[in-house]
Amino acid sequence: MSNELTIKDLHISVQGNPIIKGLSLTVQPGEVHALMGPNGSGKSSLANGLMGHPLYEVDSGEVIFDGVDVLELEPNERAKLGLFLAFQYPTAIPGVSLANFLRLAVSAVRGKAANGDGKDGLIPMREFRRELREKMQQLGVDDSFARRYLNDGFSGGEKKRAEILQLAMLEPKIAILDETDSGLDIDAVRIVGDSVSRLVGPDLGVLIITHYPRLLEYIRPQFVHILLEGRIAESGGWELAEMLEAEGYDPIREKHGIKKEEE
Amino acid sequence: MQKGHFSKEFLQKIAATEPQWMREKRLEAYALYESLPMPHTTQDEVWRRTVDMRTQDYWRRTRRFLRGLNVETYRPSLPTNGEPPAEDVNYSDEEAPGVLVQVDGQLQHSSSTEDLKKKGVYFADLHTALQEQPELLRDYFMNKAVTLETTLKSGNIAQQNKFDALHGAFWQGGYLLHVPKGVSVEVPLRVFIKMSEADQADVSHTLIIAEEGSRVVVLEDNASTTAAASGFHSGAVEIFAGQNANVTYVQVQRWNRHVWNFASHRARVARDAQLCWVSAAFGGRLNKINQAATLEGPGSNAQMLGLAFTDARQHLDVSTAQEHISPHTTSDLMYRTVLKDRSQTAWGGNIYVYPSANHTDAYQKNDNLLLSERAHADTLPGLEIQAHEVRCTHGATAGKIDADQVFYLMSRGLPYAQAERLIVEGFFEPVIERVPLESVREELSTSITRKLAL
Repeated sequence: MSNELTIKDLHISVQGNPIIKGLSLTVQPGEVHALMGPNGSGKSSLANGLMGHPLYEVDSGEVIFDGVDVLELEPNERAKLGLFLAFQYPTAIPGVSLANFLRLAVSAVRGKAANGDGKDGLIPMREFRRELREKMQQLGVDDSFARRYLNDGFSGGEKKRAEILQLAMLEPKIAILDETDSGLDIDAVRIVGDSVSRLVGPDLGVLIITHYPRLLEYIRPQFVHILLEGRIAESGGWELAEMLEAEGYDPIREKHGIKKEEE
Repeated sequence: MQKGHFSKEFLQKIAATEPQWMREKRLEAYALYESLPMPHTTQDEVWRRTVDMRTQDYWRRTRRFLRGLNVETYRPSLPTNGEPPAEDVNYSDEEAPGVLVQVDGQLQHSSSTEDLKKKGVYFADLHTALQEQPELLRDYFMNKAVTLETTLKSGNIAQQNKFDALHGAFWQGGYLLHVPKGVSVEVPLRVFIKMSEADQADVSHTLIIAEEGSRVVVLEDNASTTAAASGFHSGAVEIFAGQNANVTYVQVQRWNRHVWNFASHRARVARDAQLCWVSAAFGGRLNKINQAATLEGPGSNAQMLGLAFTDARQHLDVSTAQEHISPHTTSDLMYRTVLKDRSQTAWGGNIYVYPSANHTDAYQKNDNLLLSERAHADTLPGLEIQAHEVRCTHGATAGKIDADQVFYLMSRGLPYAQAERLIVEGFFEPVIERVPLESVREELSTSITRKLAL
């Protein structure tokens, strides 16, 4: 099936330490999955590994997206294929304005379909500006946002909104949201949650990585997975998230004979 | 075109039609040039970090003299004494009130708008100026700023420099810009100094005198017309910002990778004057540049902005001095360098505050971005403070390109090269955004893009 993200028995290590130890998961367009787990369970390693961060080494397993072996691709090629990662800690790029960067990114990802004017291969400035302004309005961010340096001096909430703005502009097929709710107050979580839920549709599959169910109030997942020690310990529906909210991770740990890690 | 060597005989030829005082000045410089040895790059403190990457090994310390440099190889041309050749190339820039073009030491084009002339602004090549403005030259030329013996207290610039002596003896080409009292020229004047033939020596001299209350912007481009022709540049820049004057001087240096580049730049800033001084260095095989600003009058202010981008086996060695003589003076230096391949840079900066210069604010910052494992940046900020009430900060950084930044940009679809390019442009941005004119900012961005494409 096209546009399906299939992860099979994936193993990822960081500097020789195994973090993800045999994870399998399939995300279809139109589906919303939540991957929940305590700190240190490997959530961010999975996100970074899927996007191709050089520090996260894939030791074995398969990641197939749209029929293509993703693990063979550079991060930019993965983006072009339709994968998107909203970072937990977006990196600041001083001196590079959000708008300039985003015009390059949109042009790169859309490729020929971007209807570039041919001269510089970029989407026409006017078209880009119109689209950017429209999406910034939907997200409730100020026009001046576009002129600011990418993530440089952004507050926690601004960084996350910038990530969602990029998600909206790049129109991926699969979006991974890595702890997009962390460090945000209730209002910010609502804004981000509402924005993402507006983007969810038949063409977008979403994998929400989180350890709080807060964000899930706004983007209700059909599938909930519990990540413990680098593996999916439980999968289920919304009831799993509710159970976590009520009882925490301990009952699942006990069930699988996993000791609580010291934090 | 007649060419010669750096010989006494050729000196006499250059000086044949010049006033006697200038001839004597040249001969004095020549005597010093002859008497000074080639710099020894492990024994002479101010040359210790200068390396010709082509023939010397920085790490094994095999460098001694500038082994790869044979000054005799390079040939200065005989100046045309202000008579531009018939084939006047069309360099007229609609915007610029004055344009001067020089190729291989020969004047190609020189023009000033009627408006500029009416205002009394003098803008001409230096040989013409020597005929038309002898008093001005006698007073200023290599007398007060770049001189055979430096008056700088900063120890990071040599007291006597063999290449300044060479320049004093053989200077030819360059220009004089004189802006009279109270005259304001808002649009940048443009100067193009080019080298085209192999083994060419360029010995151009820049002299800018801005009188009291005047205002002027000069954009000077130094470039090779081909990528392969070897060359030698011995330059000097002298800037005088008179009382309450406002001077912006931008030099974009784009010699090719086969040009030896030696230059001394010095500015004197009078009471309440403002100097914005931008040095953009992209070219050269080995560059050894001294740049000093002297804050002479109370309330004077100098901004020294530097951006440099080296690649291949280029070496760029810059020594800067910010000398505060009077109280209530401000200087702010910001140098940013990007290094690629096996290139190396050395920046040594010194802030010198005289005992008389209380209430001085002086800042210096040098940041280096290394795009390759084999690139190397030396950075040595320094302070010598003799006054009590002074605010000074200095700092330096050198770092590799940030892998997380690259990953972030690539994860959004940018190929590696484009991600790197964006990070480089962003790195230079804090310097560029301080440049007061949009047209100059664009010019600098274009130069960076051009270098990135090499």
